[in-house]
Amino acid sequence: MANMLANIFGSSPVKPLEKHIDISYRCARELRGFFAAAVKGNWSKARKVRAEIERLEHEADNLKKKIRLHLPKSLFMPVPREDLLELLLVQDKIANRTKDVSGLVVGRELQIPAEISEQFLDFVDRNVDAAKQARKSVRELNELFTAGFRGAEVVLVAGMIEKLDRIETDTDEKQAALRASLFAIEKSLDPIDAIFVYQVIELTGEIADMAERVGRRLELLLSH
Amino acid sequence: MEAQYVYISLAAVFGLFMAWGIGANDVANAMATSVGSKALTIKQAIIVAAIFEFLGAVLAGGEVTATIRKGIVDAELLSHEPRLLIYGMLAALLAAGTWLLVASRNGWPVSTTHSIVGAIVGFAAVGIGVDAVQWGAVGKIVMSWVISPLTAGFIAYLIYLSVQRLILHHEDPLAQAKRYVPMYMFFAAFTLTLVTILKGLKHVGLDLTLQDSYFMAVAIASGVAVVGALIIRRIKPNPKAEKSQHFYTVERVFGVLMILTACGMAFAHGSNDVANAIGPLAAVIGIATTGNVAADSPLPIWVLVIGGGGIVIGLATYGRRVIATVGEKITQLTPSRGFAAELAAATTIVIASGTGIPISTTHVLVGAVLGVGLARGIEAIDLRVVARIMVSWVITIPAGAFLAIVFFYIFRAVLP
Repeated sequence: MANMLANIFGSSPVKPLEKHIDISYRCARELRGFFAAAVKGNWSKARKVRAEIERLEHEADNLKKKIRLHLPKSLFMPVPREDLLELLLVQDKIANRTKDVSGLVVGRELQIPAEISEQFLDFVDRNVDAAKQARKSVRELNELFTAGFRGAEVVLVAGMIEKLDRIETDTDEKQAALRASLFAIEKSLDPIDAIFVYQVIELTGEIADMAERVGRRLELLLSH
Repeated sequence: MEAQYVYISLAAVFGLFMAWGIGANDVANAMATSVGSKALTIKQAIIVAAIFEFLGAVLAGGEVTATIRKGIVDAELLSHEPRLLIYGMLAALLAAGTWLLVASRNGWPVSTTHSIVGAIVGFAAVGIGVDAVQWGAVGKIVMSWVISPLTAGFIAYLIYLSVQRLILHHEDPLAQAKRYVPMYMFFAAFTLTLVTILKGLKHVGLDLTLQDSYFMAVAIASGVAVVGALIIRRIKPNPKAEKSQHFYTVERVFGVLMILTACGMAFAHGSNDVANAIGPLAAVIGIATTGNVAADSPLPIWVLVIGGGGIVIGLATYGRRVIATVGEKITQLTPSRGFAAELAAATTIVIASGTGIPISTTHVLVGAVLGVGLARGIEAIDLRVVARIMVSWVITIPAGAFLAIVFFYIFRAVLP
């Protein structure tokens, strides 16, 4: 039986958005295990992790489509629907980039040079940290809605986003240092491999970039 | 008058049917808010509803019953043929009850109040004559159907805004909630008891002076606030279930408040909507026993029992399912938001009851929910459904009227 009181409530995007960033983060987190195996040349392990990454990326994608379907234009919300959809889009890109970079490495069985492998794993770690901080910030959405995007809760989330920015800046610095280290040894590498290692570094760094954009989007919501 | 027993028993059966419909539908809406926010379990909600619907009906239902009974049809015109009014009231009851049943089966949004008023206006205008309708009074009622949801929305907006300012925006919302929630309790209890005392107690034979009334309302409200504050003080934060802002525990504090506003909502609903079932019934009894349309006979107690009892039966048989489904769908209405909607709606409805204006409790509640939404309190409101609700009563009135006209002619041909 349809009921008018019940039906005036559209389906809230808050919990699904929090769930989505959780999946995206868990996807990005797999990169640690993935590269740990890849730098050792353990490709069977790497492929196994890569399968898990693909599964999570797929899950995030499905949830993204579901959230979009349940956000019709007729919804009246405390914040613009477009901003929430944009947030969802950048959240999803964290998982996308994870899938891209792992696919590139597995596809070519690309060996990260041993000289920079430790530095590279540290760089990956920091990018995953950025995704984690993005998750922490988005998980405050429910509280933000409760507080009506005003007051102490906003200050709290703004602080989380600041920290996210610092992590992202950190990954930028690490990325520059890593490129310099690679440049120093690139003559000793197979030229094609060298080009692709540069590209892997670039793509991995985009995970923190996307996490930072999640922060930017969230910040836009705070200013409403 | 041998026929009078036929009229009275028919009216009793139809009145029970209508009351059942109200219990199955409307009450569920009023109580689902509290169930959805988990302030009450379904069983508790039914107990609260049974008690406070009944109290509301008996203590504060008199004015609206009087309006339905003789405020819409100009009985003077019918003094030569009082039976027409009996047929009409029977027809109106059956029409509204039937329409309610058909509409809820099909999932159309309806209002019991709109159906019964439409039905009474319908039989009077067509069956008796356009002059038989007190158009001034009807116009006032229709106006109130627009104004009451707006009023409730505005009050809810202000209440929720104050909740945000005083509690939710703070660094320690839990401490703020413990400080201010008893004040909301005072406000809720004060408004409801004051209107009841001012408007209702005359019907049960108590007549207090204005000063005594205020004093009594303040005393009762203070008692409620103190008890509430004692309960709230025992609520401790649950570190597992929440983050730094303690909103989880804050909602539990508001949950205590919501038990109070749920009682108020049931009371308000009883005070306004019971009349839809027992108003026509009272009219039939009055005319059948005295043979006089202008008779001002007091309301027999068994009429109130039929009204209150029918509602409780409707609630127990069918309403509990509606409460469960509606409650599941409105989880966005957490206690901090739900209480604002309920308190605003209950206040609006009780004031209308005191003035004798029949309004749609569900529409008032919808207005109140929208008010909370405007204060950025609700995550997502579907505006398409809101638009559908706004036009729903336009359809309900002619439908109720049409059915009432049909039944009126049937009764006139068949009944003695």
